[in-house]
Amino acid sequence: MSDTVSSDKLLREFAPQIEETGKLGKLWIAFLIAVLLLGVFALYWQVSRGHIVTGMRDNVVWGVYIVNFIFFMGISYAGALISGALHLFHAGWRKPIIRMAEFITIISLLIGPVFIMLCIGRLDRLPNLILFGRIQSPITWDVIAISTDIIGCILFLYLALLRDLGKMRDFTELKVPKWKKNLYKTLALGYTGTEEQQIRLKKATDIMAGMVIAIAIIVYSVLAWIFSVTLQPGWHSTIFGPYFVIAAVYSGTGVLIVAMYFFRRVYHLEEYITIKHFVNVGVIMLVLAAFFGYFTFSEYLTKWYGSEKNDEQLIKILFDDYYLMFIFSNYIGVLVPLIVVGFRKLRTINNITIAAFIVIVALWFNRYLIVVPTLESPYLPIQDARAAWANYSATWVEWSLTAAGVAMFCLLFTLASKIIPIVQVSDLKEEPKETGDIYLK
Amino acid sequence: MENKKKDDKNSRRNFLKLGILAGAGTVATGALIATGHNSGESGEKIKVLTTSGEVMEVDKNFLVLPPVGIKESHEGIPGRKFVMVIDLAKCKNARKCVEECQKGHNLPKGEEFMKVYLMQDSEKTAPYWFPKPCYHCDNPQCVSVCPVGATYKRSDGIVLIDNERCIGCKFCMTGCPYSTRVFAWKPDESYEIDQPYSPEKSVPGVEGTVSKCDFCPDLAREGKLPYCASACPMGVIYFGDIDEDVVTNGTETYKFSELIRDRSGYRYLENLGTRPNVYYLPPVDRQFPVERGLDGLDEEIKKNYDNTPYVKNLKDKEAK
Repeated sequence: MSDTVSSDKLLREFAPQIEETGKLGKLWIAFLIAVLLLGVFALYWQVSRGHIVTGMRDNVVWGVYIVNFIFFMGISYAGALISGALHLFHAGWRKPIIRMAEFITIISLLIGPVFIMLCIGRLDRLPNLILFGRIQSPITWDVIAISTDIIGCILFLYLALLRDLGKMRDFTELKVPKWKKNLYKTLALGYTGTEEQQIRLKKATDIMAGMVIAIAIIVYSVLAWIFSVTLQPGWHSTIFGPYFVIAAVYSGTGVLIVAMYFFRRVYHLEEYITIKHFVNVGVIMLVLAAFFGYFTFSEYLTKWYGSEKNDEQLIKILFDDYYLMFIFSNYIGVLVPLIVVGFRKLRTINNITIAAFIVIVALWFNRYLIVVPTLESPYLPIQDARAAWANYSATWVEWSLTAAGVAMFCLLFTLASKIIPIVQVSDLKEEPKETGDIYLK
Repeated sequence: MENKKKDDKNSRRNFLKLGILAGAGTVATGALIATGHNSGESGEKIKVLTTSGEVMEVDKNFLVLPPVGIKESHEGIPGRKFVMVIDLAKCKNARKCVEECQKGHNLPKGEEFMKVYLMQDSEKTAPYWFPKPCYHCDNPQCVSVCPVGATYKRSDGIVLIDNERCIGCKFCMTGCPYSTRVFAWKPDESYEIDQPYSPEKSVPGVEGTVSKCDFCPDLAREGKLPYCASACPMGVIYFGDIDEDVVTNGTETYKFSELIRDRSGYRYLENLGTRPNVYYLPPVDRQFPVERGLDGLDEEIKKNYDNTPYVKNLKDKEAK
């Protein structure tokens, strides 16, 4: 019964973050809500005045909304692949961080699709996607894939939560309002940890861990195909599927490390989340950085070397108009994690977190460089004196909604950590030993 | 087609009118002939085909075309396969095609279905004016990627948009390699005309949806040329039927295959495999020097060409 004791000890320790919110915490939440309200105002502005208030025009028809969409879908990978893969590989050290990874997945999966809706001219006609849906269109693939992904990830997170929910229901010392207690009771679905329940839960989690990895790869490939099925120079590329998948997990690990850093500081988890976790996730990030750099390099090398007329034009725009952004996202964003994690001396928690933060920003710009410059260099030259038609620059409406998206992410993350401990409390050792891995049978 | 001469040598003159009426006749001959209301006869007789297969002569003024509903506009004009030929040797950027098209489709200022580019294929080659409508491709990327079937390919080759179904995702705009499509970014006064919407007319426009050149199927049903073709003072734009192998700009009529053969017609960006239905005749033996196209343009429009290598060169020379 030592397991139960240890989880009770853990629960007692995490009780304060669930029971009350400090002054700073309240201020933080108020700030996030303020940013969200700015986003709501920007949305009202866009809906009432039309899409003319954005920086998008007939040539650059997709802007930062689509960039944000790809970005949030990308970080949703943190949970799906990292948590799923670590679960299947029985990585013992994963326990304190997988809950965070899973939260990142669900929350970003809920925010991502909102951005594609902001980009749609007639939101009132969204039902047409089902009423007149055409399976030939990659957007339909995307609708199917993303909704499957959301359901799969929620199931996976829920299965991973079940044991903790049971613990919290049974933990009588917790001083929380009645609705929270009832919530735990309902959500725990009568899980008491009998042997049969444990075996079933293990099997279900194993299956879902495999599924979310597969679904996540499909979702991100489909998203890449939206671009690569078109004939646009810069998009029409065969490696876009795997490239996007790698970029997604890469940005996901970045967000996971930053989340680890902040929760460790704010909730005083120094005892549980240690340098070991930062280095371990850091090494995953390093491997992904190498892959990402490799894909980016082959993508642009082949374009530049062959220098077909339109590819040449695109490369010229990238190196003339977007020089700093290109260097930052495709050089610094790759080299910094390689160096920081690669050299033992540089591997400190602060350094790894800074590298992770650079990765997140670099990956956002990487998506920007994929979406916007291509649309600025179509086959037929843009001959339009109106500056907005030739070059895209996002307006305050788009930036406000982007900020609101980030704020929404932080807010949901904070609120989730107020309901469920951010670190898994039930011990991993509770997993029944006798049921082998279903994938090894 | 209005100013046709009595020239019996070419019996294809009436091809559009007769063909279309024959086609429409099988659908709704009854509706074609309105009795009574029209006052007086014009004296011009037009042959129509009745449902029983007889050819009948009716006065022009007694002909009323039925309004084309959403369903018919999805199907296309039976027995037709439209094609356009643009003679680059004759274009001097008079922009009448653009203006008439904008008027005809009730487009807001700055929104153009027909665009005229100042092209120069490479540094040493000669610049030329390049009118660009929608190519109504036989392998249209825009149609493939539309998630709701709001843009569709018809039996007569025309690619249309149903603005009452379009969700405005703009995927077709990124799918089209020819920058043909325009988006209605804001509510516009010109969209508020009192007229039932038809995809064949693209009028009235709908905010938050995509639109583009439609080959004027409403005019084709009446046996008329598209706005751009009939407006062009140089007769640059020929319109016709690829199955009947004939194109006309209103004054001259050619066998399509012979015109393409004799003048080395080509399609723009053939390598993309979209199979356009718009052909170009190369700008050889030009009737006007290219700089004539810059004369008399509105300052606003002239600025559009400021960034082209040709205009930049001109300005450099002037500065010296």
